[in-house]
Amino acid sequence: MASSDMDGAFVEFDRVQKSYDGETLVVKDLNLAIGKGEFLTMLGPSGSGKTTCLMMLAGFETATHGEIRLGGREINNIPPHKRGIGMVFQNYALFPHMTVAENLSFPLEVRKMGKSERDAKVKRALDMVQMGAFGGRRPAQLSGGQQQRIALARALVFEAELVLMDEPLGALDKQLREHMQFEIKHIADNLGITVVYVTHDQTEALTMSDRVAVFEDGRIQQLDPPDVLYEEPKNSFVAQFIGENNTLMGKVTKMNGEVAEVTLDDGEVIDTIPVNVNAVGDRTLVSIRPERVEFNKERLHPDAHTIHAEVLEFIYMGDIYRTRLKVAGNDNFIVKTRNAPDQRRLQAGEKLEIGWRPQDCRALDA
Amino acid sequence: MSTVSGTGPGTADAPSPDDALHEAAALADRDTPPRHGAAPDGPVLAADGTPLKRSLARALRLQKTRALMLIAPLLIFVLISFIVPIAQMLWRSVENDIVSNTLPMTVPELAQWDASDGGLPPEPVFRAMYYDMFLAAEAKKHTRLGTRLNYEQTGISSLFRQSGRKLDDLGKDILKPLRALDGDWAQAAPWFELMSGADGAAKDTAALEAQRDRLRRVTESPLAGEIGFAPSSEISALLPLTAQAYTDFAIFTVLEDGKDLAKTKPWETVYPALIEDMQTADVAGYGGPRAGMLQALRAGIAEFPPPSYSAAFADIDADWAAPQVWQTIQTHARTVTPGYFLNAVDMQLTPDGAAAQPESKQILVKLFGRTLVMSLIIMGSCILLGYPIAYLLANLPMRTANVLLILVLLPFWTSLLVRTSAWKVMLQQQGVINDTLVWLGLVADESRLVMINNQFGTIVAMTHILLPFMILPMYSVMQTIPPSYVRAAKSLGATNWTTFWRVYFPQSVPGIGAGSILVFILAIGYYITPEIVGGTKGVFISNRIAYHISSSLNWGLAAALGTILLAVVLLLYWCYDKIVGIDNVKLG
Ligand SMILES: Nc1ncnc2c1ncn2[C@@H]1O[C@H](COP(=O)(O)OP(=O)(O)OP(=O)(O)O)[C@@H](O)[C@H]1O
Ligand SMILES: [Mg+2]
Repeated sequence: MASSDMDGAFVEFDRVQKSYDGETLVVKDLNLAIGKGEFLTMLGPSGSGKTTCLMMLAGFETATHGEIRLGGREINNIPPHKRGIGMVFQNYALFPHMTVAENLSFPLEVRKMGKSERDAKVKRALDMVQMGAFGGRRPAQLSGGQQQRIALARALVFEAELVLMDEPLGALDKQLREHMQFEIKHIADNLGITVVYVTHDQTEALTMSDRVAVFEDGRIQQLDPPDVLYEEPKNSFVAQFIGENNTLMGKVTKMNGEVAEVTLDDGEVIDTIPVNVNAVGDRTLVSIRPERVEFNKERLHPDAHTIHAEVLEFIYMGDIYRTRLKVAGNDNFIVKTRNAPDQRRLQAGEKLEIGWRPQDCRALDA
Repeated sequence: MSTVSGTGPGTADAPSPDDALHEAAALADRDTPPRHGAAPDGPVLAADGTPLKRSLARALRLQKTRALMLIAPLLIFVLISFIVPIAQMLWRSVENDIVSNTLPMTVPELAQWDASDGGLPPEPVFRAMYYDMFLAAEAKKHTRLGTRLNYEQTGISSLFRQSGRKLDDLGKDILKPLRALDGDWAQAAPWFELMSGADGAAKDTAALEAQRDRLRRVTESPLAGEIGFAPSSEISALLPLTAQAYTDFAIFTVLEDGKDLAKTKPWETVYPALIEDMQTADVAGYGGPRAGMLQALRAGIAEFPPPSYSAAFADIDADWAAPQVWQTIQTHARTVTPGYFLNAVDMQLTPDGAAAQPESKQILVKLFGRTLVMSLIIMGSCILLGYPIAYLLANLPMRTANVLLILVLLPFWTSLLVRTSAWKVMLQQQGVINDTLVWLGLVADESRLVMINNQFGTIVAMTHILLPFMILPMYSVMQTIPPSYVRAAKSLGATNWTTFWRVYFPQSVPGIGAGSILVFILAIGYYITPEIVGGTKGVFISNRIAYHISSSLNWGLAAALGTILLAVVLLLYWCYDKIVGIDNVKLG
């Protein structure tokens, strides 16, 4: 993974703000440094300003305030066509009146490249996305996945060092999407290009990225590699946005260093890791991942905290079982267990004891 | 027979327009289980054993009939109000039965005449013409024929009008000595008795019906009904021409004028007919009523020379004694004529075939050319002016675009006449533009620009009037071009101009095409604006058509011009389809 310190950054947003209407800030104080060769994903709910950031980087929107730098050069006033940034659009934006090959040679033509050189590059780019045989077709004669590959090839054919992708896989079905995720990642790694990728889909973000920037309301809530993001969410928004999450409400009753004692709303006392609670008496939202909860006594960790629960619903999902429980007044508490030969299927109405390690239990802001 | 399962009627997985059909088929098969049998290697069978193809066809037919019934009223309306007038117009451009209908006896006689030696037609032609013309004059149809033939030879119209009035003279001249011979010849009743024959005598109804038919063609009225007269067979055989002339008179008098035959004096035509018949008739054996009158006439027939129809015509007007009129009638006697089309392209039908019109009459081809060129110029200026506006409309924020769109549509809410007249005010020599130019000192007061009543005026006014028809299709096409294409092009390194020219413009071409077709076709047939601001140099072919429809009343030529216009438009449309492809045209 590339370094992310500010000095070596390839792309930099420096206190960037953006407002469309002069009344509300769509992007609020964005600071982001992206290293060369990094695959960075912007993830966030709809309307959180991801596309806006991408458009500012591509040059189609101007930043209201702040500086955007590319390779150490400020690019705020450089028009889009001089930025040399490749871009893949959600609807692909392949020119319908040109063939695939013409689409690909378009960026080379405007760079006044010779015909033979152009043809060679187009061929190489098509081969790279395994579409070598489709050069003569029109975009309308291609399937969605094929169009997607062509769009990718077009963004790469002129050897841009930075490629932006705005929900490029949004229109594909699940299987194709997973396949393309893999392929995009693979190509990006091979070419060593820097990618800024926008998506709604958290799985996509987790599987492809070197780092993920979680956006909410025009701000980056957390910027971390996928594993850190998932396992150590810095606040309740990130915890709830990334992956599935059980939450229990309570109040901090004791703080001693690495451990905070939380009294849940129904009186149960549990140990947690304090993440962003500061003082005794704070309201807190305790987060536990469903797959870290255990009800099998033999597998329970010795330090585990146990608590009474009642099974409300058992759902068979193939590779996993998903059980909905009532725990500490929360009747939407999910437990996920692997479908293993020795795994027990819980019955609705069953009463049992469940437990988790205190390290898996994070006290976040309420 | 093995059963095979399959998606049959009613079990299609995705909804499609055909579902209704499947349902119909399923309904028809409701009382049988919804399964489909197929003979091992025969055709696929529907559940009730009929071949699937046939039961599908039945279901389809039902559906189609129902659909047809639904649109039938509209279809009939369109046929009647749209197709029929066009077909009629097309037909009118070649139809020419007025000559053969008005002169039914003359036309076959003339056909035998060989005009090439420069002489006059023989006497039978004149005779036939006399009786035809007389009847036409009574029916007041001779002037119409005169007008028709006047398109081909100037002066025929007045010739026919005058001749109609003077045709009586021949009969009157004969009547004078006839009356001296026997006063009864000038009376109504004796003629009636003579012609009808004795009570119970055999009647020549065939002759009556033949004449009735002929009169129908001339008068264009049904002429149905009983007239209480038919020439007696004896008279019809003895005095054929007279009987014929009298029958004409009888039918017309009873059915058109509603008079009593026994109390109305016959037309003057009966006298020359009588004299001609009597030259050879053998009345000795005649025993019918008024035999005495006939025998007395026969005895004194030496006093009455056979009538000379050609001399009578020469008396009426010297033009009848020249071959041209006869040639014209002969040339244009055919019922289907290419004459109007030849006229429409500055040619004419002469006795020797098609020939160019005299130089002074050649205007139509030039007018066609001018119409085409000016329509193209108007189309071009509409593209030039409309494209930026449509582009603005498609790319401005919604609210501004709506305001602009209202401005574009505003002219539609003003009367066409008002708009055209406004241009007249603007462009005339004492008008706003000239005044401004003079005031600015760009143009001297005494040399004000002439911008109206010429081609310039027509082009300016029509461009303005047709502009919305160019903008709207362009706009609707441009609206569908996603902005991401432009962004994609720019991100790929294209400058603004390259982006426009290589990416945006090609995708807006269907809009230009649609607008161009619309504007061009509207322009090529435009009438009011060129009429008002076009003067003499800026008028279109449609103004000429209007002239022939309402002033010269040469509807055949107008129809031919209209047909050619239609053909030109269709031809251009076809060319456009070949070159650009009509499926590339989007109207919205
Ligand atoms: N051209 C524009 N004019 C005005 N407001 C805009 C414009 N584009 C976006 N916005 C607003 O800016 C905010 C952020 O939009 P943006 O498109 O960046 O969201 P996003 O994170 O990409 O959302 P999504 O995931 O739905 O694509 C939204 O509230 C949107 O309404
Ligand atoms: Mg977006």
